[in-house]
Amino acid sequence: MTNLEKYTKVFEETFSVSAKEAQSLKYQDIEAWDSVGHMGLVSALEDAFDIMLDTDDIIDFNSFEKGKEILAKADYGVEF
Amino acid sequence: MSSIWDLGKYKDKTALIDEHGNVLTYGLLKAESYILAEQIGRRCLVFCLCRNEIGSILGYVSFINNSIVPVLLNSHLEEELLNDLMAAYEPGFLWVPKEQMDQFSGMEQMYEAYEYVLLRTGYVKDCLLYGELGLLLTTSGSTGSPKFVRQSYTNILDNARSIVTYLELDETERPITTLPMNYTYGLSIINSHLLVGASILVTDKTLMEKEFWSFFKESKATSFGGVPYTYEMLDKLRFYRMELPSLRTMTQAGGKILPELHEKFAKYAKEQGKRFVVMYGQCEATARMGYLPYEKAVEKKGSMGIVIPGGKFRLIDVNGKEITDPYITGELVYEGKNVTLGYAECKDDLGKGDERGGILETGDMAQFDEDGYYYIVGRKKRFLKIYGNRVNLDEVDRLIKGAFKIEAASVGVDDHMYIFVTDEKYVEPVKNFIVGKTRLNPAAFKVLFIDEIPKNDSGKTLYKELTKYYER
Repeated sequence: MTNLEKYTKVFEETFSVSAKEAQSLKYQDIEAWDSVGHMGLVSALEDAFDIMLDTDDIIDFNSFEKGKEILAKADYGVEF
Repeated sequence: MSSIWDLGKYKDKTALIDEHGNVLTYGLLKAESYILAEQIGRRCLVFCLCRNEIGSILGYVSFINNSIVPVLLNSHLEEELLNDLMAAYEPGFLWVPKEQMDQFSGMEQMYEAYEYVLLRTGYVKDCLLYGELGLLLTTSGSTGSPKFVRQSYTNILDNARSIVTYLELDETERPITTLPMNYTYGLSIINSHLLVGASILVTDKTLMEKEFWSFFKESKATSFGGVPYTYEMLDKLRFYRMELPSLRTMTQAGGKILPELHEKFAKYAKEQGKRFVVMYGQCEATARMGYLPYEKAVEKKGSMGIVIPGGKFRLIDVNGKEITDPYITGELVYEGKNVTLGYAECKDDLGKGDERGGILETGDMAQFDEDGYYYIVGRKKRFLKIYGNRVNLDEVDRLIKGAFKIEAASVGVDDHMYIFVTDEKYVEPVKNFIVGKTRLNPAAFKVLFIDEIPKNDSGKTLYKELTKYYER
């Protein structure tokens, strides 16, 4: 599984959405992605990629796309 | 004519600020309140669809201070539930976010202020309102029953004053909104701070958003409140490493916080010269009943503290006798002027007077230690707190039965509900249904399939038997 597939799968499982829906998703677009859902998402991503996100990155993470940028940073080194 | 807040007293001080830079002084809040109330012109019922926005708070303050009775509801309330409530209570007016006006296309718009609009519903006959009735609130997370808690003007004022005393609030405070204002705990923060001329930082942004923290820092917030889940989020955010020099006080209520987290935040506060205050309350007691003085936060972790100023706690055993020894469990009974009038389930109930006489059987099972600090150890009734919202398990079962004509049994622990059904094809639909009804994050609900719901010989569901399917 590629990192992108793994990343997308976390969204699918956390928010019960399809891969296609996940790709355009933004914070609070759906009820499942509220502050509670966000915490679940962060935990699931941290587990999946064995990383620990910084506070600033957690609160900056407001869309599927933005999350990819954050994870690709040197601190986490997830390549897409 | 009752007026809770003396807005004129602080007229040049800032009452409300939002993240867009809008500011309302107490003087302006008073003037705007008056104009809004004039549009209605009489004592009657108004439904407010609340958000943490200036317009929403303006409406609330205006109605309370001018003897108009508001019903505070979440602006995200499911449309069908809202319609049911409207039919049951026939409010003369609605105060709603302008953005949501389309939802009420048939109604006449009468007035607009701060992105909120006043709508005339078309219900013309006012119901009888008991003279002391000030406010109607749902019992935290309601699953759509039309049950409201009836709060009096005395209730609101007395509880706010008590909070001011034990939290030592003054006009230098700048609380930031982290809880919905239609939720009794969130509202109590507004009520108490407006009493002392403090400035409320108003935002609908969540802790998980950058904008929240920018607003927090720029506007120098001094306090916030949180339910247990809020503190789990803050822990996840590694809150302890944030630079928040303006922060003085963190309060916690809405359910029992995990003892580990209680300790973590208490220690953090102590080291940083801040206050962490665990509190206890219910909508039926307006908001607050107990608090753990911040100096005791580390020493008495796991405790909800002592009774608030002006109140009285006692524990009652199964035989109705008062417990006088420490570490014995009994039902917690509270006495005080903030004990609300009672419930309402339809408009005719709004004429009812005080049914409780200042005494509330909380339904919580508690103990006290040798120093008189109270610990909540269980509940008498079957309900869970999901993200601080009370959800009645029997009601969930009934709702599912009503909608799907199937049997269901729900159990669980706070923030995690497990719903058992006996037909696999209902697993998904039942989950979606309950999420839709409660409007709470789906992560809290798991629907599990089971061959048969365990029952005893007389047909009573054995909920304890179900715990083995989810206990880790």
